[in-house]
Amino acid sequence: MKYLVEYIDPDLLQRVQLERLRQVAKRLYDNVPYYRGAFDGIGVKPQDIQSLQDMEGLPLTDKETLRSNYPFGMFAVPMKNVKEIHASSGTTGKPTVVAYTDNDIKVWSEVMARSIYAVGGTDDDVIQNAYGYGLFTGGLGVHYGSLDLGATVVPMSSGGSKRQLQLMHDFQTTILTCTPSYAIYLAEIAQAEGYDPKSSSLRIGLHGAEPWSDAMRVQIEDAWNIKAYDIYGLSEIIGPGVAVECVGQDGLHVWADHFLPEVIDPKTGKAVSEGEDGMLVFTTLTKEATPFLRYATKDIVSMTTGKCPHCGRIMPRISRIKGRTDDMLIIRGINVFPSQIESVLLKIEETEPHYLLVVTREGALDKLEVQVEVNEKFFSDEIRQLEALKKRIKSEIDSVLAISADVKLVEPKTIARSEGKAKRVIDKRNI
Amino acid sequence: MQVRQISVFMENRAGRLQEITSILAKANINLRALSLADTSDFGILRLIVDRPDDAVKILRTEGFTIRENTVIACAIADHPGGLNSILNVLTKEGISIEYMYGFLGKHKDEAVMIIRVENTETAIETLLEGGFTLLKGEHIYSM
Repeated sequence: MKYLVEYIDPDLLQRVQLERLRQVAKRLYDNVPYYRGAFDGIGVKPQDIQSLQDMEGLPLTDKETLRSNYPFGMFAVPMKNVKEIHASSGTTGKPTVVAYTDNDIKVWSEVMARSIYAVGGTDDDVIQNAYGYGLFTGGLGVHYGSLDLGATVVPMSSGGSKRQLQLMHDFQTTILTCTPSYAIYLAEIAQAEGYDPKSSSLRIGLHGAEPWSDAMRVQIEDAWNIKAYDIYGLSEIIGPGVAVECVGQDGLHVWADHFLPEVIDPKTGKAVSEGEDGMLVFTTLTKEATPFLRYATKDIVSMTTGKCPHCGRIMPRISRIKGRTDDMLIIRGINVFPSQIESVLLKIEETEPHYLLVVTREGALDKLEVQVEVNEKFFSDEIRQLEALKKRIKSEIDSVLAISADVKLVEPKTIARSEGKAKRVIDKRNI
Repeated sequence: MQVRQISVFMENRAGRLQEITSILAKANINLRALSLADTSDFGILRLIVDRPDDAVKILRTEGFTIRENTVIACAIADHPGGLNSILNVLTKEGISIEYMYGFLGKHKDEAVMIIRVENTETAIETLLEGGFTLLKGEHIYSM
């Protein structure tokens, strides 16, 4: 029981949460004009918050809020106090920017260390971190957590599978952190290279940044002969380390002393009953540089409170991500919005084409096929013109999304039209 | 001297060509010449028909993506070296051919080559100067 806060009296946790909520609300009101306007707009002052239930009346924050305050409009501290900045890819418009003070990095390190510890990691472990390092928070988040826990971290970053396997073997790494699909892919590469992944030194896999299922867990655990755990996070809240499974593998514990979770009906904004599906919303209770009030994750989950029957922690548990309230897809760990594909096609054709995204999973890897209806504006009687068009669409998508897609030209009207919003996505992955 | 050609975009799937020919048959449109170019997932059907205006209208109504352009129809002698003599003339002028397809004419020793080049005007001049017989659209449609 290294992190005692995870086992305190639930009433005490609530008192801590309320106190921190009132403090963060005041800091936002005093330092972020956007939030001052939002509070004034509904005639509420931070000191009006008397209980955690008062949350319900407060305004939501979302990605759009961040974009329209790009780049530094959401900062609650002067730049002098900002020590690190991360940003999402800005392909649908402006990137979303998040920042960290010294203390924010301390908190991030702590919650990530707690996450590694919750799945059984200790300062004896050698952690092979195969999340990407850079503006993406995955790599550095796990890195900071490993250091905070006192473990040994090998900052591999993503890719370079043979090298990953070589160093895993040579360094005798015991924990692998990467996306679940990469864990499966790496096992396949190992087998293809004549190396039995079951005989590796690994004992734990910590996987997140994309949706996965229990079937995939079984696959990873069997392939590597390890225990595999789900970890959840998003850069807007802090990065990885917002929630993680415990050894019970029965829901993800939210580190609710730092991140206050709510599950709400996305239509009414009201809390759903315990165990019911709804949209996950977080308020950052301790974040200094970019604290957010009721950040709408758009992830659909259910939540359970009460002491965990498996590990005894009192931190609330969320289910795996069951879906999204928007049409965002996560493909190979990358967020993809249909609107991004639309803007690529618009740029190339100068007309709004009909298109459909088909996502499949072949082996361990997600595949994205972009079907584009051929209209008379860009149809040609020459094969090479159409092939060139296909190639151009593919390379534009590759560069905008950083994802390799197959482009398929299809006949008009083959993509179903519906009243109002067209169906843009078919997700055939059985996650 | 230019002949109207209709190109139809089609996905590579069983029975698709027959669907198009059945639409044309129902409208009593007669095919004069045809070529099909294909890749792994799509194909382009190129048609020369007796009533191009009607064919365009009806295929559009049926929801096909089509494109009209002009090609050259050149009569060649139906014996060894016939095609070579045209290509010889075009190559000398530096005219490159996008694609071509041929069919046998109504007369015993005559064949017709349909030729698609980038600059139709120049190619027509070159072929006429080379002494070749080019067929008018109306002639092909009613052959």
